[in-house]
Amino acid sequence: MPDTLAHPVRFGSNAGQPVTRRDGIAKVTGTATFTADNSPENLLHAVYVPATIARGRVTHLDVAAAEAHPGVTMVMTPGNRPALQGDPSAKPTMFSFRIEVLQDDSVRYAGQPIALVLGETLEAATEGARLLNPRYAAEPARTRIDDDEAAPVEPGGFGRPAGVEHGDVAAGHAAATKAIDVTYETSAQYHNAMETHAVVAQWEGDKLSLDVPSQALLMSCAGYAYFFGIPAENVTIRAPYLGGGFGSKAIPTGPQVLAILAAKETGRPVKLMLTRQQMFGPVGHRGATRQRLRLGIDDGAALTVIDHEGLAATSSFDDFVEPAANASQGLYAAGALRSAHRAVRLDVGTPGPMRAPGEASGSAALECAMDEMAEAAGIDPLEFRLRNYAETEPGTGKPYSSKALRECYMQGAERFGWSGRPLLPRQMKDENGLLTGWGMGTALFPCPMFAADARATLRSDGSALVETSAIDMGQGAWTALAQIAADSLGLPLDMVEFRAGHSSLPDGGVAGGSGHTATAGGALHAAGGDVIRQLGEIAAADPESPLHGAGNAAFSARDGRLYVDGDDSRSDSFADILARAGSAELVGNGSASRAPEDAEKFSMHSHGAVFAEVKVDPDLCQVRVTRMVGAFAAGRIINPKLAESQLLGGMIWGISFALHEEAKHDPRTGRIVNADFAGYHVPVNADVTGLEVLTVHEDDPYVNALGIKGVGEIGIVGSVGAIANAIWHATGHRIRRFPIRIEDLLTA
Amino acid sequence: MSGHKLSLVVNGERVEADVPSNRLLSEFLRDDLALTGTKRGCETGVCGACSVLVDGDVVKSCLSLAVQMNGREITTVEGLGRVGALHPLQQQFMEKGGLQCGYCTPGFLMAAVDLLKRNPNPDDAEIREGLSGNLCRCTGYQGIVDAIRSTAEAGHGA
Ligand code: FES
Ligand code: FES
Repeated sequence: MPDTLAHPVRFGSNAGQPVTRRDGIAKVTGTATFTADNSPENLLHAVYVPATIARGRVTHLDVAAAEAHPGVTMVMTPGNRPALQGDPSAKPTMFSFRIEVLQDDSVRYAGQPIALVLGETLEAATEGARLLNPRYAAEPARTRIDDDEAAPVEPGGFGRPAGVEHGDVAAGHAAATKAIDVTYETSAQYHNAMETHAVVAQWEGDKLSLDVPSQALLMSCAGYAYFFGIPAENVTIRAPYLGGGFGSKAIPTGPQVLAILAAKETGRPVKLMLTRQQMFGPVGHRGATRQRLRLGIDDGAALTVIDHEGLAATSSFDDFVEPAANASQGLYAAGALRSAHRAVRLDVGTPGPMRAPGEASGSAALECAMDEMAEAAGIDPLEFRLRNYAETEPGTGKPYSSKALRECYMQGAERFGWSGRPLLPRQMKDENGLLTGWGMGTALFPCPMFAADARATLRSDGSALVETSAIDMGQGAWTALAQIAADSLGLPLDMVEFRAGHSSLPDGGVAGGSGHTATAGGALHAAGGDVIRQLGEIAAADPESPLHGAGNAAFSARDGRLYVDGDDSRSDSFADILARAGSAELVGNGSASRAPEDAEKFSMHSHGAVFAEVKVDPDLCQVRVTRMVGAFAAGRIINPKLAESQLLGGMIWGISFALHEEAKHDPRTGRIVNADFAGYHVPVNADVTGLEVLTVHEDDPYVNALGIKGVGEIGIVGSVGAIANAIWHATGHRIRRFPIRIEDLLTA
Repeated sequence: MSGHKLSLVVNGERVEADVPSNRLLSEFLRDDLALTGTKRGCETGVCGACSVLVDGDVVKSCLSLAVQMNGREITTVEGLGRVGALHPLQQQFMEKGGLQCGYCTPGFLMAAVDLLKRNPNPDDAEIREGLSGNLCRCTGYQGIVDAIRSTAEAGHGA
């Protein structure tokens, strides 16, 4: 790959700077407004009742008791639920899943809404919900991966991944002189953004205005509009800040639709905010998987085959099958590659995309299998990966748009001090006698783009307003996108007013797939470029401008002035150009998406290498991650401070995946027994020490106009395997199930 | 639910209120006083998003009833500092990137005030241990520790 830009995008002084986040001041002073912070006049509070069985029917609700409670204003059940125009089983937009909105008395999983209570106060609605005291006709619940037959997945787009096969898989197995056949399991995980799902809904005639945390404002407008039979333009969403999303906040969910329906029915604004316990139900999760990996190598330790079969748990009534096995595509240069998916239908809520969907679970298994294969080959795991380094995309032979993975391996290993690592396990102890181990994993993440639009308005004073309905769920859109916009206009950051987080703005697309900065940023970049192009035309045609007659010469914009390219003596200020033209403002529009033919030409991925150190108590088997180094190559980094924070956050999610997170069902009731933060563990500060991120320079002229690959998810990808492999290196035990628990090691 | 007369000081201002006995302090602050900087994250005392100071000590407002606050003095994130007059911790959380989505931030700030009051010069392990009652899902842990360390180093610990 060329390591220079074919057509370098000129960037000014804003992008690439570790600018402190612009939303920081609102967030540290408590003035950043999240959905549930809105309380319009005359508000009603909504609380829904979650089913406490996992399969069956609701046979009785004590509606009279709830209605009699002071302050309760309405009890909504399947018996009296007002009509919805849309079909709850339809999928009006991309990523949609089937929702429960009291369409009947059936229960499909524990935690499903079975009634909604409205009250003048939150306390009244909560107590009313408690008084409903449901009775059920329950059927046996299927909640474990072996509780029902697995079936192959019928490929069909989102949620129904197709299998992939390259090369002669049977021949690959046959050619192997050494082989492994291992099965890894991953647990159900729930997104649990710190801000639970919420909505504040207000109707005015057939116009709906919503405060709702959304990772895709315009798409969500269309989704809500569908259920209420109104045009999408009638729905307005305000979502300046999201308290985390992680994939769970892109689409309308049942509870939110019910609250909106209640607002319509009562003619009053309604607020609903899920409790933490309710986050373990109707708002998606990462489905459990069981993955079988068969790897083979020849005498030179070259992979002859990677054969990856994934079995994923999904709901009984909808399709989202974790595309875990596809994590084996695109990474190692195996002679043959196969990914296959099967699903088992259980009485659980429908899973959905959760930070690094597919890759996180799939890579956890793949990277452990690679470690086991390296062990069988008797060579260092890093050396093993280098021997199987793919110079072009395995199977397809497509070139990578850029790939600095080798540099990630080298810089990460150097920083970590990998070279002294003993090959065999149980060789290292620290001064306190703790078993010490080092492990590594490779990280890979695709670079999808969605579609986005943006508008830039240059004002007569030379400042600019840039607008797109971009989403900040914590990643730093308010800052990074403003930096891109400022550069596209040749303005200092403080001359740019950036508006986002509102659906009336040009469509900012989807904050997901690690593609938001590239997509919304691309649209902003194009909009700024459109302004500069028009400005150039005006100036070139203006006899009084120093740029007059510059004709087809390219212009560049810097510090509020337009220059003839390569001739700094000829320039004119934005404000003067506009003033002479008698224009109060100049508007430019831009959009960004990826042409399908570009997607065909190149394999586009971010890459990384993660190295981990763990210490394990030899008697108690308590595991602590004591050090991690992640080196990532993700194209252009717009804001190093924000990018590092994203990558660190991802690595901490890796720790969480490897050691903490697991939703556990009671097989008798089908309920999740640890559906709160007391029982569902995520890392606290004390679990996180010694993390370090390196970003490896990468110029990518093909991935998109800005060369951005995205950093939101890749941090988790190699980290899980690195930790599990370090645990093996410390203890000699392969625990093939996540999270790795003390009891697994005690009984290993 | 019968009302109780309540007299307390919130962010330096005297507040008189009539609250039902089952109203949580977190809801009282957010709904009755419109101090929405204090967040709800779990209502079971685990996540720390609702942390406030009561008579200078950190308290999880989701585990306290408003009626218990008669005669007490409460500080929420809104009372910690404001634009133009930020508390040193607020400044450092911003500069060191101790936040992403910011939902956990008010709670972490209040816990950090309490931590530095008890231990003006904590080492990193003490900072991490001291923040074990607060969750950040995003997670900005590294930046949070950096922010508290630099606040302490600048002598703003006490
Ligand atoms: S809301 Fe109080 S500790 Fe979580
Ligand atoms: S910054 Fe999002 S939860 Fe901490």
